[in-house]
Amino acid sequence: MLVVLAPLVAAPAIVLIGRARAAWHLALAAVVASFAAACAIAWKVSREGAIDYALGGWEAPWGIAYHVDFLGALVLLTVTGIAVAVVTYARPSVEREIPESRRYYFYGCLMLCLAGLLGMTITGDVFNLFVFLEISSLSSYALIGMGRDRRALNAAFQYLVMGTIGASFILIGIGFMYMMTGTLNMADLAVRLPEVADTRTIRAGFAFLTVGIGLKVALFPLHLWLPNVYAYAPSVVSAFLGATATKVAVYALLRIMLGIFGVEFSLGEMPLHALLVGLGSLGVVSASLVAVFERNVKRMLAYSSVAQVGYMVLGIGLANTDGVTASILHIFNHALMKGALFLALGAVMYRIGSVHIRDLAGLGRRMPLTAAAILVAGLSLIGVPGTVGFVSKWYLVLGALESGLWPLAALVLFGSILALIYIWRLVEVVWFERPAADAPAIDEAPLQMLAPILVLAFANLYFGINTDLTAGLAQRAAEALLEVNR
Amino acid sequence: MLALLVVTVIAAVRSTDLFAAAILFGIYSFLTAILFMDLDAVDVAFTEAAVGAGVSTVLLLSTLRLTGRYEQRHKHSPALPLVVVGLTGAALVYGMTDAPDFGDPEAPAHTHVAKRYIEDGPRETGVPNMVTGVLASYRGYDTLGEVFVVFTAGLAVMMLLGTRVRGGRSSGREAIGDLLVLRVVGKVLIAFVMLFGLYVQFHGDYGAGGGFQAGVIFATALIVYDLVFGEADARRVMPHIWTERLIAIGILIYLGVGVAGMLLGGPFLDYSKLATDPVKGEHLGILLVEFGIGVAVFGAVMSIFNAFSGLRLPSEGGRDDV
Amino acid sequence: MYDYLVSVFLMMGALYVVIAHGNLVKKVIGLGMFSTAVFILYITIGKVEGGTAPILEEGVTVYSNPLPHVLILTAIVVGVATTAVGLSLAVRIKAAYGTVEEDEITEMNLQAEEAGQDGTEDES
Repeated sequence: MLVVLAPLVAAPAIVLIGRARAAWHLALAAVVASFAAACAIAWKVSREGAIDYALGGWEAPWGIAYHVDFLGALVLLTVTGIAVAVVTYARPSVEREIPESRRYYFYGCLMLCLAGLLGMTITGDVFNLFVFLEISSLSSYALIGMGRDRRALNAAFQYLVMGTIGASFILIGIGFMYMMTGTLNMADLAVRLPEVADTRTIRAGFAFLTVGIGLKVALFPLHLWLPNVYAYAPSVVSAFLGATATKVAVYALLRIMLGIFGVEFSLGEMPLHALLVGLGSLGVVSASLVAVFERNVKRMLAYSSVAQVGYMVLGIGLANTDGVTASILHIFNHALMKGALFLALGAVMYRIGSVHIRDLAGLGRRMPLTAAAILVAGLSLIGVPGTVGFVSKWYLVLGALESGLWPLAALVLFGSILALIYIWRLVEVVWFERPAADAPAIDEAPLQMLAPILVLAFANLYFGINTDLTAGLAQRAAEALLEVNR
Repeated sequence: MLALLVVTVIAAVRSTDLFAAAILFGIYSFLTAILFMDLDAVDVAFTEAAVGAGVSTVLLLSTLRLTGRYEQRHKHSPALPLVVVGLTGAALVYGMTDAPDFGDPEAPAHTHVAKRYIEDGPRETGVPNMVTGVLASYRGYDTLGEVFVVFTAGLAVMMLLGTRVRGGRSSGREAIGDLLVLRVVGKVLIAFVMLFGLYVQFHGDYGAGGGFQAGVIFATALIVYDLVFGEADARRVMPHIWTERLIAIGILIYLGVGVAGMLLGGPFLDYSKLATDPVKGEHLGILLVEFGIGVAVFGAVMSIFNAFSGLRLPSEGGRDDV
Repeated sequence: MYDYLVSVFLMMGALYVVIAHGNLVKKVIGLGMFSTAVFILYITIGKVEGGTAPILEEGVTVYSNPLPHVLILTAIVVGVATTAVGLSLAVRIKAAYGTVEEDEITEMNLQAEEAGQDGTEDES
């Protein structure tokens, strides 16, 4: 309960106090409390199985209930963990990028965005999912619009239009499901849907939900809003959204496709199997190719995110334990990689004021620790053994081979080569080029920013070698998801 | 009714005059509200009229002051949008061919969860208006989320537009002239509007209405004051910093009620623990929560309106001829 | 049944406005109309033949379904919140670009990219 309540209480409290410094302290306290609560939940789930909590004391189909299983616990941990890193890091960066009179609004919106994402994760009710989706979306539109470049405004507006269409599609889908079943509770829907699954209404509802969530996931070709959003948003926002937002949307996709409709309907009867695999592959290849030619590093990473989403969707489409495990694992792992990378770029922005590749020359000599973090997270993004990126790709390849789809395994390899090219380009500039002669002397970013970057970079290595915890949890989550409907 | 709606949409698609489009949007919302009345959704009709036809249209008009009245003719071929729209429409119609008949009382939508709300709702919550009962109690957590949506919008708008009063127009006298009649009528009108707001706020458990509608109505009263007596005077009545604090206070009331339920040994938002008799507790909880909603919505609408109207003054080359 | 079909038509018309029109304010209007059309769909689901408004009354036994009403009350608020945020972004865009036409904005962005600006300079 506390996991969502902490940021929910913090947001109005921040506004009531109305001071930037106090706002940051409150936000930090809230995310730490939330993270602690997420740890407690994960502990409980791993011992006793899924948790249900009826809000308002009304039992499930009548009232709204929380439902947290292995998967939910893992996502909660990921999101709150990233939030702790981002908020710790935020103060110097926000002081540089956001005007003072608006800073406490900024922290307030950040808390709301976090609360929205957590609320989506924890809920067991489809309409409630929509409500919290909108809380996180509305606050993220505004947060993105606070970027210093005017293109941030345009990116935020485009995202608003696409996001609202997506949300309306989700609403239509929910309406169709309600029409045929009379319920909004996820568990109840899973029970009642098979009876009416063979109707056009349910099929259409399923299609609307898929497209609507696909927009939020940035599933190729519905990803057009994403690159500019990540490129022009304030550093803190890029890091937070880049590491969490699309992941929670992928989680929602998993919950709805596998948790409610069930494997047989989603991936058997509907052509989603082919669709997810096809679009996932296209996303991996095309976005990686664009990333190779991108010169703004933030946008390069944004395209890489579209590609990574492709991997996740691919894993779901495979519909076997290893494939789904890979997807779930990648939710967690990708948050670590992109969190580290975007935070590191935020530090670069803080010191240099630019993230264009030509301005990063010789960064390895000027900010060695930040540059080292970029190197580690970059290697992880490629999927070098010993990093987390390798673990999820390994499971994905296993899943592909299990389904007899060896071309897909080749595709994963090809995607990794493309990632190698664009990451190498970055590493080469950062480590092997000399800084421009007129470059001003600079130091590392303040410790407050540096520490979260290094912690996340280290986590990339730690969880890459020590896979029991994450892979184990992901595998159990995948088995639970696939088993429900067998 | 339905035909009118169709005509309105077609007109809105074709119009390049955005002022007209904004007004058409207001009409469209209003027609929808009437349609909702017809379909027995009185609470929804009330809200749609106040929010859709009222607040949205006012916001649209204040935006147009800043962004210009006419849109350009676009040069793109409409083929792609038409394909997307066509596909969407086809999917919708496809889905509806298997839907239960209109108004069928045996449809699954009415026989499962909703049945309890109708049969037991008033008894279990102590509130005769089932919509209020479901809204504030059975699905109280959704409504909490909804108040947070309002809060988010308020914060987002204030963060994007800023909250300073720009320019120095001190009172409304120059704005609409010193018309005695208008001022007197304004004062009387405001008194009635506020009285009506109070009625809606505290009568929502018996009739149509509740915190959302009341908050909007109260805000309207203050906006009328703003228009008649000028911004500076209105802000003396309700300084900006207080409108945003009111949102926070309203939300904290709601959260407080929820946490109180927890402290008394129930789950979050369990009102039945608030009094010795569970039904009384439910009723009390609903009233308190609705009050919190009213305060928060009032604050949010005021904040958003102030943020938009604060920008109106400097005429940064964006002020066309509205 | 006509209600359903009309709401479909309204959604299509509104969606067309959102996608095909280049003016940002018009897009926001379209989004508002789109979501309102979805509300009509829901409220139509909630109607029960011969029912009345779901407020307890002596002697009435058939009520329309209150649940869709509750959901749509929430959705209306979400809709107006989106409108407010969308419009404030449009206002900021007007201040930053001097226009709210998508074509012109895209062109300015392209020029900025060709000039090699990487999105880090302050907006004036």
